[in-house]
Amino acid sequence: MILVVLENQRGNIHPFSIEAVAAGQRFASELNCDLAILCMGEKVDELKNQAQAFKASKLITAKNSMIDMYSADGYSKVLSDIINELSPKYVLMGHSYMVRDFLPRVSAKLNIPFVSDIISVDFNNGSPLYSKQVFNAKLATSIELSSDQALLSFQSAAFSSDDIENGAPETELEFDVQLSDQDIRSESEPEFQESSSGVDLTAAELIVSVGRGIESEDNLPTMQSLADSMGAEVASSRPVVDMGWLPAYRQVGSSGQVVSPKLYFSVGISGAIQHVVGMKGSKNILAINKDEDAPIFEIADYAVVGDLMEIVPKLTEEINKSK
Amino acid sequence: MKIAVLTKAIPSYESSIRVDSSGKWIDESVVNYVVNESDSYALEEALQIKESIGNESEVVVVTLGSEANTSKVIKDGLAKGADRGIFINNKSSTTDPLTIAKLFSEHLKSENFDIVFSGLQSDDMGAGQTGVLIGEMLNMSTATLAIETQAESNKIKVKRELESGWFQWVTLPLPASISIQSGINEPRYPSLKGIMGAKRKELNICDASPENQSQNFVNLYVPKNEKVTEKIEGDVDTVVSKIMDVLKNKLKVI
Repeated sequence: MILVVLENQRGNIHPFSIEAVAAGQRFASELNCDLAILCMGEKVDELKNQAQAFKASKLITAKNSMIDMYSADGYSKVLSDIINELSPKYVLMGHSYMVRDFLPRVSAKLNIPFVSDIISVDFNNGSPLYSKQVFNAKLATSIELSSDQALLSFQSAAFSSDDIENGAPETELEFDVQLSDQDIRSESEPEFQESSSGVDLTAAELIVSVGRGIESEDNLPTMQSLADSMGAEVASSRPVVDMGWLPAYRQVGSSGQVVSPKLYFSVGISGAIQHVVGMKGSKNILAINKDEDAPIFEIADYAVVGDLMEIVPKLTEEINKSK
Repeated sequence: MKIAVLTKAIPSYESSIRVDSSGKWIDESVVNYVVNESDSYALEEALQIKESIGNESEVVVVTLGSEANTSKVIKDGLAKGADRGIFINNKSSTTDPLTIAKLFSEHLKSENFDIVFSGLQSDDMGAGQTGVLIGEMLNMSTATLAIETQAESNKIKVKRELESGWFQWVTLPLPASISIQSGINEPRYPSLKGIMGAKRKELNICDASPENQSQNFVNLYVPKNEKVTEKIEGDVDTVVSKIMDVLKNKLKVI
């Protein structure tokens, strides 16, 4: 059995979890086994209603007031119990911050290896190989496992939600959660946003991302206008945030958000590896930079060498005219 | 308060990273090893807690690896103010997170640390699991991606970074293992006095005997650039009309 665990992101299935469902369906068909989807923790019913749309053998719910709010203690205990009971061969999740927080605990409890942050899978006639980036994305590796079971988490865009087979679960199962006060040692407070205008860049279909190459904070409104003309979110590389031109939640990269929009429109970004790891999963990348040797062009689908302050205002005008 | 800081030697960003003749590891002879970035923040956080709580506290830097690569890392920690070091000498290039965490746990168990700090991930393997695995193995409570901490005698309050500008406060009873996000503080530089004093500080060296790994590298390779890049050239008007064509007709985003 393949077990996909869904994460609740403030009322909706986390986008990474939807990709994990796509991964789960693929694993189940490649390895010819059942697919179970698990909804646990906060507001299970919300999650369950949304998960009804996915084709699967089984939809499992694990409901208990002690895991109404996420805690590493609670989630790792419950998921470990479920794995012990159902013995799935593979447990699949998106590589989110929550997964990083509790899935290693499950790995240690059960002595099952956890391959984290996978970028692609080679099914290799039933003995899968998992690709990961290593050495700061300068190299990649294929990992093989010598264990019978494994926990796997996928980087965004490793699998595409477009490939999901819709349908409905064949059966449903309510898991009997056993938790006591001693199991949850930590006290979690409600999640909050530092700034009320925080945005979820991971959910954006179009992103205009700006780098050091815009040269001055005064040029930001020009970039904002371009984004507005396309209905895109504005994002940036780290230097722009460090200089205080944009708030930290707009940052894409290893220390910011990892995005995979339909179009990543990169303006004045050189493409340092710390940035690229956060956006190279984008379906299309268009880059404008005055330096033709900028590494961003190596991963760009469309490369524009030129002066962004000449190109961007004219382009914005054309887009607005075409509406 | 007894605090362990897990620290790792990793190739510097500037180092050239080449696959060696085995095809499964890098040529270490051309690599310059430095302290993993987020580990520096973890050490600084530990030192600040020690300084605010008082002298009965102890900060211990712990590393695992080969002597050639890691000696600088331990020295750096001691020079910055850690009280002693533990060096787990592992001659094999172990990459399996569970195996690594078991080696650490084995050597940390009898120390009974109140807090284990680690960087959120190493910039070489990037698994981001070690601190949490050790926490579970040593029956500690755990939290990750801390961007602020408030330590008290029997608990620690941690501000966790979540995705997309969201945060959460979590209070953990001690002992606790916590991974630290870059940017949480401003790591200090070692003073000359610190550097001189580091030589007299205690360093325990223990030999590691890793068990068989469950995750193995089949190969290591340079990622292929499989993209076909279309160049958009010409004067400004030509470039703009070509971009319009891409946005409108090819990508259909406007």
